[in-house]
Amino acid sequence: MNVTVNGELRKVEPGRTIAAVVPNVGVFCAIGVCHGCLVTVNGLPDVRACQRVLHEGDEVVTR
Amino acid sequence: MTVVVVGAGPAGVNAAVTAARAGQDVLLIDSAPRIGGQYHRQSFRAKEIRVAHDRVKHLPDTSVWAIEGNRLHLTGSRVVTASRLILATGAYDRTLPFPGWDLPGVYTAGAAQAMAKGQGIALGRNVIVAGTGPFLLPVASSLVDVGVKVRVFEANSPSQNWLRETKALIAGRRKLVELAQYAKVAPYYRERTAVIAAHGDDQVREVTVAKLDQDWNPLQTKRIPVDAVCVGYGFVPQLELAISAGCRISSGFVEVDEDQRTSVPWIFAAGEITGIGGAELAAQEGIRAGAAAAGVQLGLTVDRRFAEALTRVYPVKKGWRGWLTDDTIICRCERVTHRKLQAAAENLTATRAVKLASRAGLGVCQARICGHTVADLLDLDPTTFARRPIATPIPLGDLAANPVEEP
Repeated sequence: MNVTVNGELRKVEPGRTIAAVVPNVGVFCAIGVCHGCLVTVNGLPDVRACQRVLHEGDEVVTR
Repeated sequence: MTVVVVGAGPAGVNAAVTAARAGQDVLLIDSAPRIGGQYHRQSFRAKEIRVAHDRVKHLPDTSVWAIEGNRLHLTGSRVVTASRLILATGAYDRTLPFPGWDLPGVYTAGAAQAMAKGQGIALGRNVIVAGTGPFLLPVASSLVDVGVKVRVFEANSPSQNWLRETKALIAGRRKLVELAQYAKVAPYYRERTAVIAAHGDDQVREVTVAKLDQDWNPLQTKRIPVDAVCVGYGFVPQLELAISAGCRISSGFVEVDEDQRTSVPWIFAAGEITGIGGAELAAQEGIRAGAAAAGVQLGLTVDRRFAEALTRVYPVKKGWRGWLTDDTIICRCERVTHRKLQAAAENLTATRAVKLASRAGLGVCQARICGHTVADLLDLDPTTFARRPIATPIPLGDLAANPVEEP
């Protein structure tokens, strides 16, 4: 499966969360509580990287 | 009209299946893609386990963000009307602040567990698990299983404290069998020990570890190199839906009768929001709630003695306040330091005033991480930080759209 992270093409296994493939994204609780890992996905801001499972073609932008 | 269950952990799944077996149509709502909750989190690589009952409809990746009468507002601009509501929203790790806890590489204990179970990822190669409570052991054990070097620092002295809890130990003997499987962690386990500071530039590199007295004041300290720290000081129940629905809260948890019924007659609660007791107790409570919501009498009793002993064996002692410096971050979202909180809160006695004056708890997590800490430091009621009319942050588009009725 192909996604982009800050414009860079990445190959990832289906079922991966953003937090699992993007290092230093601000994960603290990893269960959607702390909101430390917010990223922008396909133009939608404030998505929790630990909760969001990647889909084909997703464009992820970190802060 | 359906029975709506919020939360698909051990309590919620058992409630849903029990109500369905009693002839009810059930909608099981959960924020995760798969059922299981935190304890039975499914690996993304494994074949998905589903609820095996055709009267249960599972709504994954969905949160309830408000309750208005018996109408629930769901993310994605949907609403559902419930005949009965079962809240099984669970709990998350309580963390205590210490200098450097905002560095990358410091996580909650639950984070280590979630990443290991759900995604098969170890958060470090050389990891310290610190805090208090029996939950530290399965976390450490799951890290040992993926080849991580682990040390476990328990701030209390449970080996002594359990000696005073004979009745609870007998009541919880099946729990002891469960704990015995974590024996592989024993060589790396120390009591009356805590991480009281983390050090590093861009990432945690070392921690200060302290031997504690019984009130958690540091006695001797030393520095240890690590690449990750996972902390957990018990759990915080997710009370916002129960509070906004008007359910009575007592001693920090949702008050329920022997049928798991709350003070609001059509709403039931099960699992950790009624008291921290672990997955097995949550499952039993879920069965009772599901039956009661379907109007069936089971005559099932639940033994809470082991769960009640947990708070006596693994208390949070006051000495942690002495680990803080003036510059220690208390509220991670708004970067409020200990000094700023104390200065802003001087002479204030109401939670709302403290939040507005200091900004602690006003950030995007809405005091989920710092609420208990601020309450402890300023002697406020921690449940006042769980009053959140919008239970989970939602996009404005969700609010603006005309909601669709979920059948």
